[in-house]
Amino acid sequence: MKRIMLQLGAELRIILRNGEQLLLTLIIPVILLAFFGSVDVLPSGNGDPLNFLVPGVYAVAIMSTAMVSMGIATGFERSYLVLKRLGATPLTRSQLVVAKVLSVFVIEILQAVVLLSLGVALGWQPQGSTWLLALPIVLLGTAAFGGIGLLLAGRLRAEINLAAQNGLYLLFLLLGGMIISRDSLPGPLSTVAEWLPSTALADGLRSTLNGSGALLTPTIVLSVWAVLAPLVAARRFRWS
Amino acid sequence: MSVVVENLTVTYGSLIAVNNISFHAPAGGVTVILGPNGAGKTSTIEVCEGFRRQSAGTVRVLGLDPQKEHAALTQRMGVMLQGGGVYPSVRVRDVIAHFCALYGKGVNPTELLERVGLTERSKSTWRRLSGGEQQRLSLALALAAQPDVAFLDEPTSGVDIDGRDTIRDIIAELAARGTTVVLASHDMAEAEKVATHAVLFKQGEVVASGEIASLLGVRKRLRFTSSESIDVVLLGGAAGSPAHHLGNGVYEIAAEASPRLVGRITQWLAEQQLPLIGIDMGQETLEDAYRRFTGGRS
Repeated sequence: MKRIMLQLGAELRIILRNGEQLLLTLIIPVILLAFFGSVDVLPSGNGDPLNFLVPGVYAVAIMSTAMVSMGIATGFERSYLVLKRLGATPLTRSQLVVAKVLSVFVIEILQAVVLLSLGVALGWQPQGSTWLLALPIVLLGTAAFGGIGLLLAGRLRAEINLAAQNGLYLLFLLLGGMIISRDSLPGPLSTVAEWLPSTALADGLRSTLNGSGALLTPTIVLSVWAVLAPLVAARRFRWS
Repeated sequence: MSVVVENLTVTYGSLIAVNNISFHAPAGGVTVILGPNGAGKTSTIEVCEGFRRQSAGTVRVLGLDPQKEHAALTQRMGVMLQGGGVYPSVRVRDVIAHFCALYGKGVNPTELLERVGLTERSKSTWRRLSGGEQQRLSLALALAAQPDVAFLDEPTSGVDIDGRDTIRDIIAELAARGTTVVLASHDMAEAEKVATHAVLFKQGEVVASGEIASLLGVRKRLRFTSSESIDVVLLGGAAGSPAHHLGNGVYEIAAEASPRLVGRITQWLAEQQLPLIGIDMGQETLEDAYRRFTGGRS
């Protein structure tokens, strides 16, 4: 446990020292929420746009942290032989993975505080008594996106991984029902989008934080991603 | 023996990187794995460190299987990679403190920084260090383990002369403390300064191994440096053996370097009022021995 906490501290220091990671995980989601929460230009479906936007932007933040930020950092750690060097210390691979996952959770808690507070400041009112159920949805989303991020990081060259993570981020952002309603997409795209982890995470958060909307389908879809992506990543990951 | 390698083979697909090699490295000795780039040195060290699985053969480090008993080995092993190993934005003092804490052996990070001469650079990030400073930091990370065995891959590569002295001193201290030091190098002159034992590689095979003193033969020649204008026929006559000018005032006599021959040469030079700038009559260098064992140019 001591070594996990030591590595968690090291991971957090690296995140705090890398401005681009903070930009991606915190500043961009804040700007998205502040801008689109004030200017109603996005097709967000019926109802209060903030009910759509606040959980959706939190889903973007989770994706940014678990997939893009951790994925890009891990890809470069492979390239710089950091993972290989740590492999020669008493820190085991499973302890390293646990420390990385915990660092993602720490950032996600910070994101939740900042984004949900900003949402409330903009006029969003969380509804219902299901908000505690958001926690397992966040955990499932973290596992799903973390698995995808590590799968790319563990197979691709650092520079290609960087491009792939950003490309996937944009794809999920536009098609994944996070800040643009899936109903606004053309029929076939809308059908495909329903099965994306981004859609499932955003819909799951909307259901739990707003107290309305279907929860079962997003939970099932997200659970499948949360099991499959880390499994494939674990089997295919190359440490150096 | 602390490191025992028996019939080791490492393949990458159809490429045989290391072909059925055997050697051992003793505790308290400095064993250098020597050979040109691509000879299989790093692959061999990576198997010993537990980073790579062998295709065949047996490896034991401190009596442990590096793959199956990797966790136990990491507690007692110091590793210096050929390059990298540290995140570029991490500060020197932070990464040293982190490694000291991970090993938990009570090594003081401040003293370790001082030992490798990086106290002044403690607030710098890895990316701002020179190549030599990065090498010294990598060595410090290996020392954080207070290792019983240390694998150092090209430890002095790209290091300036002061840094080399520091690294040589540290390696000598490790060995004096009983640590088994195994280092890979293609720099024969540098290796000869720090190592007690050598394993000579060529194209994935070990051509010779053992104590360096036992690997070096006696030269069948004497070399000396003098004026560039000596008549080699007269010189050969005085020496009693054929003489050749190798260039830049260096001459070679094709005979065993006996005291009698040295006496004849020095007397003749004195009679001709020619200078004697340097004389080389000792054993082979490690490079000479490597060329002899591998059939390379002499």
